[in-house]
Formats: sequence, structure tokens, C-alpha cells
Amino acid sequence: MILARVVGTVVATRKDPRLVSNKLLVVRGIDPRGKAEGNYLVAVDTVDAGVGETVLVVSGSSARLASGMKDCPVDAAIVGIIDTVDLPD
Amino acid sequence: MQLARVIGDVVATRKDDSLTGVTLLVLQPIANDGSDVGRTLIAADTVGAGVGEIVFFVRGKEASFPFYPPEVPVDAGVVGIVDHWHVG
Repeated sequence: MILARVVGTVVATRKDPRLVSNKLLVVRGIDPRGKAEGNYLVAVDTVDAGVGETVLVVSGSSARLASGMKDCPVDAAIVGIIDTVDLPD
Repeated sequence: MQLARVIGDVVATRKDDSLTGVTLLVLQPIANDGSDVGRTLIAADTVGAGVGEIVFFVRGKEASFPFYPPEVPVDAGVVGIVDHWHVG
């Protein structure tokens, strides 16, 4: 999984029927200290996250294991909202 | 699988129900000489690893297999703690 920050939303009227009523968010990967790195991703939101929050994003076929995503055509899902990242060093 | 060093952990109160009770670790992948290589990632822990330990982890859907039969939405999981390794 990667840490990411929610930076926006996506609206799509025409889409796969299995994506109807799923919320799509734009996220940007961050390092554990909060610095942006990597690409922007569109991820399906299963935990009611919002813009500005730090989230946990699962990628690949595992995204279909998120709640309610069985057999849906998704490869990135937000499965948690991060409270804290603890880096002892 | 890949070698990594555990450098931290994350706390998430609001999350997928099936992730309840799953420890999430911050991993830094390492090269043969122990130096950092590539980006950090978050992995589920199934072996009781802790910060500072060298571990190996699996990527992809296979990372959810240790939790089977529940299907947990994880794409990286620590599956072993390294005692020592040797590269000839």
C-alpha cells in the first residue's frame, strides 16, 4: 500500500455500470514525512475520505478486495484514513 | 519477495472493516548491502515484526493470503523476519 493525500474529486457520468454510486477521488502519493512523490491516481473511496486527508491506498487486484468492490473494474482503492505515521528515527 | 527495513508504523482509525487488528508497517526496501533502494511503502504485518528489523515482504494480491479465508484488501505484506543473509 502507499500513503497518499487526497487532492481532488472526479465526476464521470458515462462509466462502467459497476462503478455507479462509487466515489472517485484524485490522490497523490506522499512519503512518510508528507512530501509529495510519484504520480496522481484516481482511486475509488470506500471509507468516505475527503480532500486534504492522508489516506491508505491499495493497488492492483487487491483493490477489488475492499469493501463493496468485489468484481468491480478498479485497481486503486482508498481503504483507510491515516491518523498518524510514527517514524522513530 | 524483497528485503526491507521496518522504519515505522501507521495508525488509521477509520478503515476497511477487515483491516481491524492488522498492524501496518512503513517499509524501506533495501539492496544487498543494506542500503536504501526505492520508495517506502506500507505493508501489513503477519509475523510480529517491529521497527528496526530486516524483513522480507510480498507484493500483490498474495499479500492477503496469510489472512485467508478473510479477503483483506492489502497489496504488500511482511511474511518473514530475516535473521541474517549472505550474498556471495
